[in-house]
This record gives sequence, structure tokens and C-alpha cells, in this order.
Amino acid sequence: MTKILRPDAVVIGAGPAGLGAALAAREAGLEEIFLLERDFELGGILPQCIHDGFGSIVFDQVLTGPEYAQRFIDKVERSGIEVFLDTMVLELRSDRSLVAVNSRDGVLRMEPGAVVLAMGCRERTRHQVLIPGYRPAGVICAGAAQRYINIEGLMPGRRVVILGSGDIGLIMARRFTLEGAEVEGVYEIMDHPGGLTRNLVQCLHDFDIPLHLSHTVTFIHGRKRVEAVTVAKVNENRKPIPGTERLVECDTLVLSVGLIPENELSKKAGVVLHPATGGPVVDELMETSVEGIFACGNVVCVFDLVDYVTFTAEVAGRGAAEFVQGRRRWRGEVPVRPGRNVRFVVPQRLRCLDREVELYFRVQRPERSVRVRVLVDGRVVHSRKARMVRPPEMVRASIPAGALNEGVREVVVEVTPDEKEA
Amino acid sequence: MRRKHDFICINCPLSCTVELFEENGEVQEVRGNECAVGEKYAVTEYLDPRRRVTTTVRVRGGVLPVVPVATSAPVPKRLVREVVRALAGVELQAPVEMGQVVMPDILGTGVDVVTTRPLPAKRD
Repeated sequence: MTKILRPDAVVIGAGPAGLGAALAAREAGLEEIFLLERDFELGGILPQCIHDGFGSIVFDQVLTGPEYAQRFIDKVERSGIEVFLDTMVLELRSDRSLVAVNSRDGVLRMEPGAVVLAMGCRERTRHQVLIPGYRPAGVICAGAAQRYINIEGLMPGRRVVILGSGDIGLIMARRFTLEGAEVEGVYEIMDHPGGLTRNLVQCLHDFDIPLHLSHTVTFIHGRKRVEAVTVAKVNENRKPIPGTERLVECDTLVLSVGLIPENELSKKAGVVLHPATGGPVVDELMETSVEGIFACGNVVCVFDLVDYVTFTAEVAGRGAAEFVQGRRRWRGEVPVRPGRNVRFVVPQRLRCLDREVELYFRVQRPERSVRVRVLVDGRVVHSRKARMVRPPEMVRASIPAGALNEGVREVVVEVTPDEKEA
Repeated sequence: MRRKHDFICINCPLSCTVELFEENGEVQEVRGNECAVGEKYAVTEYLDPRRRVTTTVRVRGGVLPVVPVATSAPVPKRLVREVVRALAGVELQAPVEMGQVVMPDILGTGVDVVTTRPLPAKRD
């Protein structure tokens, strides 16, 4: 029988979320913290994100992905947090017991005081966008291409078509170009780009790479290797318009068609997921529907900034410590609802009601000259002007300390036209 | 001759399309920007656009075959491709330190190319 390990907390995943959560739990006084990572090193996706643009909020400095990760890795290495690399968690149960495996220790059984889920997200694949055609080599997700080039030192292709204009797709358009490949173009099914303006300018315009909006790939040609793709214009219902097809020769089709929180373990543990985010429903401590299981970063919802991942990780790490130390008290149950032009809000509910709460949300549609407002039972507790809100850019708002109590029925987050300006 | 150049400001979600008018290289007018940041951005992008370049270089004997590198400061935009080409033949020996200078004063810019992570040597 394998010995059962009983650390104060187990953090699953050592990307920016897991690193931040483990450090915060440590700073909050937890003694024995296990950080479990399936890769051979710490950092998660950051080591392959070699471009800069990370950390402008957390560090007030623009860093590359590896630099951002290293700041946390250095701290973890000095912290006494026990790191398990090459370690895969196979199962997590609702009583927080878990089974992990690696080639050094074999099977590990753990019954930690608290668990923090920090598994991040993964890429939507071709099968989720349903492109007809053959099944040749050369169809690859943007993040996988990024790993080949930046970590493995391999070139996945020479003549590239990119489907989807998410940030990773735009960044890979530049990366392929700098490594000597030819990027024929980026095709986006929507009538607006998916990525940040900064990436449109610095990854596409700088290198004269065309962006074709309202276009998609309708067929993949080639039996063994991609030989070409058919692209076509789409109508307002995103359906290809007959007669607009064009054959584009290429050896690689890169997909940048979205990210999905990776919650297989969470589901097995009975953690309730939210339909709009694809991640666990959490409260203001980032505690999920299962007591003592916390979650942070992209496993909760796909944040566009690593800085926000770090902030939620710190909340979850401190929350886990409060729980293990027996300090965590629920005073009520207040739902946080999306109001006008808000698609979802994280956290979705509040239970401690005793502190300032940072809220993260996405809008449904772009809107100019607005006010971001938070209402507690109809009373405005936060109101801020924003010149522009856009779906690809997450928005932050906050509930001030003291605004909540047991009698509150609901919190609403809304985006309204700024009347003073109108 | 008076000429117009369009820039998309990248500093906030508004993404203003800023029009810059110049005659013989001298900036005469900037419009379309909703704030002062947009004007400054367009003028800089016209007169002296710069980018921080990031790429990888080969490593011998490391836990990975490449290590990420970056220019320690932004370099003129027109040199971006040349910087990457100049680094194509570079090969480092592991272990590699974080911030190790890979190429000092690249292309005479006064800017160094440095590693952006440590890379330990492979143990066999």
C-alpha cells in the first residue's frame, strides 16, 4: 500500500497560476505545499512565449514570457515549496484526495488540506472547428507550433496559412516570418480581429502579412502533407459564400481558434463548471463548489493578461491558507450577475462578504464612451468611465470593502452608456 | 510635397487611426487621435519606430536545444529582420545564465542581445 502524503496544500500545475498560488499560500503561513507539474520544468506556457508584453501591471515593466516566469521560479526555489516535476495528476476526488504518478516516486497518494487547481487551458483543435478535407500532417495549433519553434528548435513548415486572428496566431505569424517561413495570410471568420491591436500592428503590419476578415478555410488538401487550403469569404451568418473560394498553396495550416480551460480533473472531483467560462464557478476566495478546492488563472476562464492570472492565483493561494488554518467563514451567499453588455463575471458568487473583491468580466460587444458599474442591490458601489470596451480585452471592476453584508441579495456588473458624455 | 501616413495607435482599446501629415520629412499635422498619447505615438512611429526583438539561438549540451533571447532595448524597426539573421549562426554552450550577453552592440545599435532565461546543462 502506498503511503498517503498529507501536505497542507497541493497546487496542480506550475504555470503562472500555480506558481503564484503556491507562493501566496506560503506567504500566508502554510508549511507544507506541494507543487505538481507534468512538464520537466516550471513555468507552464510562459517559457515558449518568448515575445514581450508580460507583466506591465504586476511589475510595471514589460517582460518576455520566460522573464515573467523566472521571477516566480526564483522565489519558489527559495521558498521551501516542494516541487514535483514530470508528475501527472491522474485523479482528484471531491474529498480532495488525489492520485499522481511520476517515474521517480511511482504512484503518489495525497490527502491535502486544500487543493488549488491551476491547470490552465488548452487549444481548440481542428475537430472543434470542423474543417472538411483529408487528415494530412501539417495542420497544427498555434501554441503547438510555438512550442516546436521556441522550445524544441524545430520548424513545422515553410509556407503557412493561419486560421484565426487570436493573439497566439498573430504572434506566430511574426515568428514564422522571422524564422524564414512565408506566411501567406491570416484568415478570420469574424468581421473584426480577435487579437489585441498591438499584435495586429507589430506582428502583421510590420511584416506586410495580410489579414482577411470574414474569411474561413473550407477545405484542406493533401493526403500525406498539407498541399493547399481552400479559403472563402463568409456571409453575416459565418457561412461560406459560394463563388468566393480561392485555392492557397501551403504546407502548413496553423489554427488559432480559441482556448478552452482544462477541467478534466475538476469534473471528476465534482466541481461545478460555468457554461459561459468553461471553468469552475468560484467565490471571492476562488473557492469552487467543492469545499477546500480552489481554482485560479486560465482554468477558471481564459484571461488575456498573465497579470490577471497572477492576481487570481494570489487570491486562491491566500484563500487555501485561510481554509486550512480554519479562518475561512461564510457569511452568506450572494450571486454576481452579468448586467447590460456583460457576458460573464468572475467570481460568480460571494460567500465571505468581508473584504474588497476584484471582479473580472468580458463584454458582449464593443462599445464606446461607457461607464463600468457595480451595483449592490441596486446601489452603485463602483463607477468608472471607460472610453472603449471590447470583447477580446477583459475588464476589471471592484466591490469596495464594507459594501457587502448577509442581507445583500445580488451584485450586478453592467456597462452603460456614459450619460454625461452623450 | 505634403504626404499622409496612417498609424493605428496601440496604447489603448480605442485603437485610434491617426493621420500624420509631413512635408519633406517634417511633421506638420497629426489628427484622428483622441488623446495626446496618440499624437506622440504617431510621431515616434513616423520618425523613429523601434521594436524589441525576440528570437531564439542554438545551445549545445543544454536541457533544450534553443534558448530565448531579446534585445536589451528596442532597436530601429528596419533592423528587426537583420538582427534575427545576425543571430542565426550563434551557438551557445550550456549552462546558459539568465541575462547572458549573446551579442554585444548588435549591428552597431549600442544594444546588446541577451538571454531571457537560464538553461541548465543536460545531465547524462
